[in-house]
Amino acid sequence: MIYREAGQYWLQAVLIPFLIYSMAAIGLNLLTGYAGQLSLGTGGFMAVGGYAAFKLTTAFPWLNIVVVFALAGVIAALVGLVFGVPSLRIKGFYLAVATLAAQFFLIWLFNKVAWFTNYASSGTITAPPRTVAGVMVTGPLATAGARYVAALGLVMLGALVAKNLVRGRIGRSWMAIRDRDIAAEIIGVRPLRTKLLAFGISSFYCGVAGAEYVFLYLGSAETLAFDIGLSFLVLFMVIIGGLGSILGSFLGAAFIVLVPIFLTNVPHMLHLPLPVALQKQIELMVFGGLIIFFLIVEPHGLARLWQIAKEKLRLWPFPH
Amino acid sequence: MTAEAAGPLLEVEGVSVRFGALLALSGVSLNVQRGEILAIIGPNGAGKTTLLNVISGFYHPYEGRILFEGRDRTRLSPPDVAELGVARTFQNVALFKGMSVLDNLMTGRLLKMGGHFLLDAIWWGPARRQELANRAFVERVIDFLEIQSIRKTPAGKLPYGLQKRVELGRALAAEPKLLLLDEPMAGMNVEEKEDMSRFILDVNGEFGTTIALIEHDMGVVMDISDRVAVLDYGRKIADGPPEHVRKDAAVLDAYLGAGHD
Repeated sequence: MIYREAGQYWLQAVLIPFLIYSMAAIGLNLLTGYAGQLSLGTGGFMAVGGYAAFKLTTAFPWLNIVVVFALAGVIAALVGLVFGVPSLRIKGFYLAVATLAAQFFLIWLFNKVAWFTNYASSGTITAPPRTVAGVMVTGPLATAGARYVAALGLVMLGALVAKNLVRGRIGRSWMAIRDRDIAAEIIGVRPLRTKLLAFGISSFYCGVAGAEYVFLYLGSAETLAFDIGLSFLVLFMVIIGGLGSILGSFLGAAFIVLVPIFLTNVPHMLHLPLPVALQKQIELMVFGGLIIFFLIVEPHGLARLWQIAKEKLRLWPFPH
Repeated sequence: MTAEAAGPLLEVEGVSVRFGALLALSGVSLNVQRGEILAIIGPNGAGKTTLLNVISGFYHPYEGRILFEGRDRTRLSPPDVAELGVARTFQNVALFKGMSVLDNLMTGRLLKMGGHFLLDAIWWGPARRQELANRAFVERVIDFLEIQSIRKTPAGKLPYGLQKRVELGRALAAEPKLLLLDEPMAGMNVEEKEDMSRFILDVNGEFGTTIALIEHDMGVVMDISDRVAVLDYGRKIADGPPEHVRKDAAVLDAYLGAGHD
């Protein structure tokens, strides 16, 4: 029984958020890591996915929840396209500020227009019970195990597709725009089309992640769950994990999810009786310190560390 | 051979470019014949790179026309120019530094690849086949330029001379009809220059690619080009075979100053 409880805790508090954050991080990594367009609107695009999934599944209760997630992604992609248009004219930090506008505007919209929450007085959206192949995956009765498997399947599919996109024609045109836009143009890369495709596909991933966030993880959510902090959190994952790496998106998400849990448990393991409030402060400080440490030691992120380790191990124990 | 195919590949007709008050090019006319190596020379600030930028669509002339294979294409954007079959390199190497040499060359071939992104997403059928076919061609370019050993190296980590060579490879990967080279040998040592001259001659000889290049090294220019055009203060002051241009009075003035004897 205790084992079972612990398993539930791991699924609910660690593995499910890890998988969902990974999905969002893949999305942001396609846009920022591959196509070089810095975005702070991730939370906003995830919110679009979450609210779209809620509206779709309440308006069409017979619709399979997987289809709902996909459609939520498509709607987020369309919104992403709209906010991607300025990227033709503005770059770098200025584009980041423009995407920040998307973040604030979208959250404001979902707060302001009651239609998005089906006029719920609490202003929250709640995941209704839905099944996939007879198994309850969303709603209060869905087990953590079922939700975990659903999130796992989605992120595996998402990662595979992302990998296929970045290793071919489209990934190269993104990286070309990122590395040298002028040279890319003379090769035949059309900047607007290429950047918009990146915004669209990236927002699709963020949208699906947002839908999962509400339906598979939180169960119910307000706009607060999608605030600017979430955008930064996903950006941290991408930077720490490794810009321009699908594997890095997973590693970054794991880092952000696991390190705080690890830090919470360290005083226990060392039998240090710390007051809870002080422990929380220390946790935050160590967490921030670790982020800075990793960025200095390996600016290309955990994915690069992994790659280096692999190369070393291939030769080990020989130096060359 | 049709009449159209017999005409010049590229015709620049009375092109003028202005940056504010500065007239960077004034009424320049120039032909590039099929299959030739044309060198464009001139003192610093003569407008050589501006001319290349006009041809590749980065600037549009306020006066004059540009014809490619007999058709007017004065106001095209760089990607449109690329689609016509024009590839180029840049004076200060514009490689994709974060990508491997192989990926740089594959990117050079983007226009040969197409299809819907959903097919790419599942990496199946046409998407996979065209990747393999294009990879085969790129491997030929890699062999030709003798850069097999650096295939997987990120382009930004290569020494300057090799970067120049990879950039040439990226342009060749597009199988261009017209290849524009902006100072392909700038900053190279003698040995690297010899290698690059050999590659340029081979590209022209083996693939029949028409080449227009800007170069400062007169020895190289005289050796490899079929024809030389000279720009000075945005005007064309001479145009002809190297041995002829070498003795041209206006050219000597431009390079040595008006006071020479």
